[in-house]
Formats: sequence, structure tokens, C-alpha cells
Amino acid sequence: MTKPLEALAAQFPHLRELHAFTGANTTTPYLADADQRVNRKICPSLEDAVRRSGLKDGMTISFHHAFREGDKVINLVLEKLSAMGFRNLTLASSSLMSCNAGIIEHIKSGMITQIYTSGMRGKLAEAISRGLMERPIQVHSHGGRVHLIQSGEIRIDVAFLGVPCCDSFGNANGTSGKSRCGSLGYAQVDAQHARNVVMLTEEIVPYPNTPVSISQDQVDYIVQVDEVGDPSKISVGATRMTSNPRELMIAKRAVDVIENSGYFEEGFSLQTGSGGAATAVTRFIEDRMRRKGIKASFALGGITGPIIDLHEKGLIGTLIDTQDFDAVAAASLAKNPNHIEVSTNEYANPSAKGASVDQLDIVILSALEIDLEFNVNVITGSDGVMRGASGGHSDTAAAANVVVVTAPLIRSRIPTVVRRATTIVTPGESIDVLVTDHGIAVNPRRKELTERLIAAGLPIVSIEKLYDQAMALSGEPQPLEFHDRIVGVIRYRDGSVIDVVRQIKE
Amino acid sequence: MKKLRRSMLFLPGSNAAMLSTAFVYKPDSIMFDLEDAVSLREKDSARILVYHAIQNPAYRDIEKVVRINALSTPFGLKDLEAAVRARADVIRLPKTDSANDIHELEEHVVRIEKACGRPVGETGLMAAVESASGVVNAVSIAQSSPRLIGIALAAFDYVMDMQTERGDGTELFYARCAVLHAARVARIDAFDAVFSDVNDEEGFLREVELIRKLGYNGKSLINPRQIELLHNAYAPTREEVEYAERVVVAAEEGEKAGLGVISLNGKMIDGPIIDHARSVITRARASGIRQ
Repeated sequence: MTKPLEALAAQFPHLRELHAFTGANTTTPYLADADQRVNRKICPSLEDAVRRSGLKDGMTISFHHAFREGDKVINLVLEKLSAMGFRNLTLASSSLMSCNAGIIEHIKSGMITQIYTSGMRGKLAEAISRGLMERPIQVHSHGGRVHLIQSGEIRIDVAFLGVPCCDSFGNANGTSGKSRCGSLGYAQVDAQHARNVVMLTEEIVPYPNTPVSISQDQVDYIVQVDEVGDPSKISVGATRMTSNPRELMIAKRAVDVIENSGYFEEGFSLQTGSGGAATAVTRFIEDRMRRKGIKASFALGGITGPIIDLHEKGLIGTLIDTQDFDAVAAASLAKNPNHIEVSTNEYANPSAKGASVDQLDIVILSALEIDLEFNVNVITGSDGVMRGASGGHSDTAAAANVVVVTAPLIRSRIPTVVRRATTIVTPGESIDVLVTDHGIAVNPRRKELTERLIAAGLPIVSIEKLYDQAMALSGEPQPLEFHDRIVGVIRYRDGSVIDVVRQIKE
Repeated sequence: MKKLRRSMLFLPGSNAAMLSTAFVYKPDSIMFDLEDAVSLREKDSARILVYHAIQNPAYRDIEKVVRINALSTPFGLKDLEAAVRARADVIRLPKTDSANDIHELEEHVVRIEKACGRPVGETGLMAAVESASGVVNAVSIAQSSPRLIGIALAAFDYVMDMQTERGDGTELFYARCAVLHAARVARIDAFDAVFSDVNDEEGFLREVELIRKLGYNGKSLINPRQIELLHNAYAPTREEVEYAERVVVAAEEGEKAGLGVISLNGKMIDGPIIDHARSVITRARASGIRQ
């Protein structure tokens, strides 16, 4: 008799590529070593993990921003990559914050040459707005980022994902361990799509670490570090609670709009997001729900302590959570069974097979500027410098039934309602209502909504009237002067270019 | 219709940001303060700011009160000149101890009105009582000028003068009653003192309930957040409004039928009850229904 493999090939030529058995652990040699069997992913140092990941000059690295201003991973990894002499890397973090100012040096040195992010704040944003980078940064929405990853524009070679704890195989969540950030919705996308995943963890816990937000099958290497983030700084900045009477007044009016929108019915859904007034809306809506005797089916987002409060009081059925804005929300994800973690793909990707934003009734959003066409700018300040984030703004605005933007008419002496938004992030066709301290304007496209709100006795005015009022108080601002040079590209959620940011003349 | 004066929002005259937005809260009156809320080195700039702010059309529909510094200070007359010329609706005089203080103020107001071409008598006055003398003289103060639109109790200096401190309200009991009676004798409005802990909503509402039941027209406020709470507390309840509407309907039907005395659900309805019912409906129009 001929050998089995030769016989197989002779009788079935299409099976000639099969190879013969050569031992139990030919492809799993680590199983022969008691320690390697379970600990083979664990690297002794970040440098070792980077080497094993195969990262090379010109590649793309990614991070998640669940720790927001408390993030320690981005700075730590970039310092290490810099020390190792990497060049010409693309940085694709889900977002960047004031705490990431250290990136400036890595851009100057030539290590970071391209950036994809939802937004930027602080010194980094100022430097890039003033022309620090040769190539413009790409600003995407949360859903749009996943679209860019799936379409192949962003090809993540190595994702560096910080988690409070994981087991020796990399099973991880954001709800156990010391530095808990809650939902790992952004990181889940990177874990799924990156060619290599390096997990940075504060603690390695016994196998299996559940619940599994990022699974062992997605993680290549693990390295233990002192700290991945400071959870106390998650709620700094964008998600503050307010005692400001003007923000409270805007919030009350926004709740009036919601109540009379026609969508405030049993089983409605909402996203209130971050920002002073938006967070206050959540507090005020409870009374209206009780008065009407209705409950919400789900809240989406961007989950905050006040949303958890409504959930625990039985007023919101399910929380669909891609990011937690404070410690209360992070703790809830661990204990409330109907508080569900979703990836940013399921949250808002326009090319997902099902994005939760599509089911959304009401969303409360903020704006740095809103123009007479209701176009919204959440990126550039009145000085033409980038200082915000696209976030889920255009994702939720495109999908929700009622899109309410809340903003003071004037901040200090800077008008919010302008003739033409400095930068368009969300198109006016997606925006339904603008609520300010000086009155409420409804997009003329929404005639039935206008009629409902007028019938409810709300102070409805045209956006032109609000603009005139703003000009009467602040005066017409001098137009900004820009160079031709483009420093930022604003990508709509479908990947198209909706606007560009040019370098400010100074 | 009589001017509603439930809420009088204090606004530091030196705070330009607040001056540019305060009208959005729609209090019944705004008191632009040039006195205690303004530091010595900002007295002049605050006066200039307030002079311009109260002439802005944004404040057109809100009663504008300017609290000037006492006339015995170097700032009092300058404040008064600016406020009257800027067409403030009302001048609030702090630390009013006697009718003479109002007489002295009024002489200056007449002179300035003439000088700037404002109709003599147009500028209203308001006396703030802040001492034992003021409380004891409240009736003569309240009757001292036809320009007076109201008299206010200011508690901080008063309790100092009385050698006590702010507490549960016992310390203000006599003063509140005395000032209110003086106002009613003179047929002018009575305003209660500020409640200074803006984060204590429950305490604020307890105090509002007390002064509302005593009969005060309204209260001085130090934070816009207190306005809606106050207005709501002064709004009639749904039951009160529904009863008032039935009373008014019954009264109108009785009038048509030529009846002198009418009854509703077996109870006699006479003039005072009908007047009260009409005032409840008026208050509901202004303040809505209590939530």
C-alpha cells in the first residue's frame, strides 16, 4: 500500500495540498510548556510587546478614548514608540483630549505624520490648527470611524487597548479592576479589526475574566502597566453637571420641546449626551415622564449618572451604552442587567447591519455654532481654532426622529447663531430644533413640529430672529481670516468630505 | 391691570455678563445694584454699565429698579443722576430710616427729572428698610411720597441692628408684619428679603410659602434659578382656578338674572368672594397653574 497522503493525492488530485500529521503540538508548540501554555501572550515589557506586534515605520496604530481626560495609555505608548525610534506612523485614536498634548512633540519629531480622530482639545488642537502637520488631520464621527475602518481607509496595524484588568488570554471588560471606565464600545471595534492587538492592563486576573467585552480571540499580546487611566477624570470637561441658571433654563425649554414634539409617548427613546444643558435635560425629564405616566424603552449613548438614575427608578427600560461619562454609569454597567454594552459599530456606523441610532426618537445635542441653515459646528471655535469633537453628533442627528440642539445664544460675547458656520460638521437638514436662552427656533423643514410646539405655547421664533438678537447684543463679529492651506478634513459619517478646516491667519 | 411684582431679581451692576443676559429669565422686576454687591473700586464702572444696560431694548418689558448708594456716600447722587437719566422705572433707596430720607431723595429726583427733560413724577421710588428705626417708622416711610411703589425689608443689616442673626424666621417676625402692614396702609407693594442659600430649594420654598400667606407681593431674589420656583409658588392651584372660574360664571349669570345675592353649591357668593375669584384667574394668567 502506498502512504495515505500519496494515495489520497492519487485518487483525489484536488486534495494533494493536504499535509501529514507530524505531532500533537506542531502548530501549538507552546502547549508543551506549562507556562507558555497559558501565559504566552504576556509580554515582560511594553517594548517587547511592540516588537512582537511587528509594528514598523509607516504603519497605523490605534487607541480608544474611554478614559477621556484621564487616559494614560496614549502618552505612555507614544513615548515608548518614540524611544524605539519609530517614524511616519498614522495615529487613529477614537478621539484625542487635552491630556494628549504630548503628541505635539511626536509630530515635530516625524513619528506621527497622520491623524484620524473624532476631535481634539487643548494645546494639540491649537498646534494642529496653526499648521503643525504637513498632512491635514481627518476628523470623523464615532459611527463614521467604524465606516472608515470597514471600508479600508483606516487599516489598523496595531491597536493598543488599555483596560483595567484582563486574564492571561486577554479577556477584558471595563467594569472590573481598579481603573474602571465602563463600556469598551470604541475598543471593541479596534479589537475586531486591528491586525494586531496589544492589550495594556493594570492587573492580570484569573482566567476566565467575565463578562467578555474584548475576547481572547482578538488579543495578541498583553502587557501589564502601572496605570491605564484615571477614572476620576472621565467626567471632566464635556460632561459636567450645571448649576448655571441659563443652562438650566435652556434645559427646561428643551424638555418642553421634547414633551410637545409628538414623540414623547410610552416606549419612546432618547439620547441626552454630554454638555451642561444636555445633562440637565435628563434631570428635568423625569418629572414630565411621571406626570404623563410614560416610560422610555431605551436610552442610548453616551451614558451618564442621571440616566442611570432614571433607569434604576424604572423609567428607562434598557441602556444601550457605547461610552460611559462618569463613574456612576461605569458602575451600573457592571450591576444592571439591562444596561447593555455595544460597540461603536452597533451604536452608530451607517454601514452597520443595524445601528441603534436608527431606532432613536429624541436626541439632545450641543453646538459651538449653528447657522441660518441650521448647519452645526462642533469643531472650531470663534477664533477658527479646533477645540471640540465630532463625536456622535452627525450620527444621531441623521437618524433620530427629533434632533434638538441646545446652546446659549451668546457665550460671553461670542454669538452661537451665526450667518454661516465656520465649519460644518452636521448638515442643517438633520437638525430639527434649536433651543436657546432667547427663544426656540424650528427648522422650517419640520412644519408639523413647528405647529405642535406653537400650539403648546412655546416661545418659537425664526432662527433669523435669534441671529438678529445675537447681533444686537454682541455686534457683528469680524470675519475670520484663513490661509488657503487645509489643516483638517471633516468627514461626514459616510466617509464623504462635508467641510475642511483651514489654517487661521494670525 | 396692577403691575405684578412677585420676583425682584438682584443683579450686581458690575457684572457685565449678567447684565447682557438677565432679561431672558423674565422676572417681574430687575434690581440693578450699585450698592452692596459692587466693590468700592467698581462703583464708577458699574454705574456706567447699568446706565447703558437699562436703556437696551432687551429690558423694555421688565421693570427696571436701580439700587443706589446712600445719599450720604460719595456715590449716591452720581448713581441717582445716572439712573434717573437712563429712565430707570424705580429708584430703590437702601437703609431708609425715616420719611425724611425719602423726602431728601425725592427733591433730588425732581431736580434731575427737570434737568433731563423727564416728566416730573415719572420716576418711581422704593424704600428698603434695614434697621430697627426703619421698621418702627415703616408706616410714615410708606406714606412719605406718592412716588413710592413699594417698601422692602432687607434682613442682613436689620438682624445686625437687632443684635441677632438669620435663623428660622422668628428673628424677622415683627419686621415682616410691620413692613407688610405699612405697605397695606399706604396701598403699596411689600417685598420680602432675599433667601441667600441658592442651593437650598426646600428652605427657599418654605420661606416663600410663609411670606405669601402673610400677604407679601413678592420677594427679592439673588439667583435666576429662584424665579421659576417663586412664580410657581405664587401660582394658584388647579382646584383654586377651577373654583374661581365657577364663581365668576355664577356671578355673571346672577348679574344677568338681576339677582343681588347668588349661591354656588349652597354657599353664598358676595362681592369680596367674586373679587378674589377674579384675582385668582388673573394670577393664573400671569403665573400659570401651580405644578
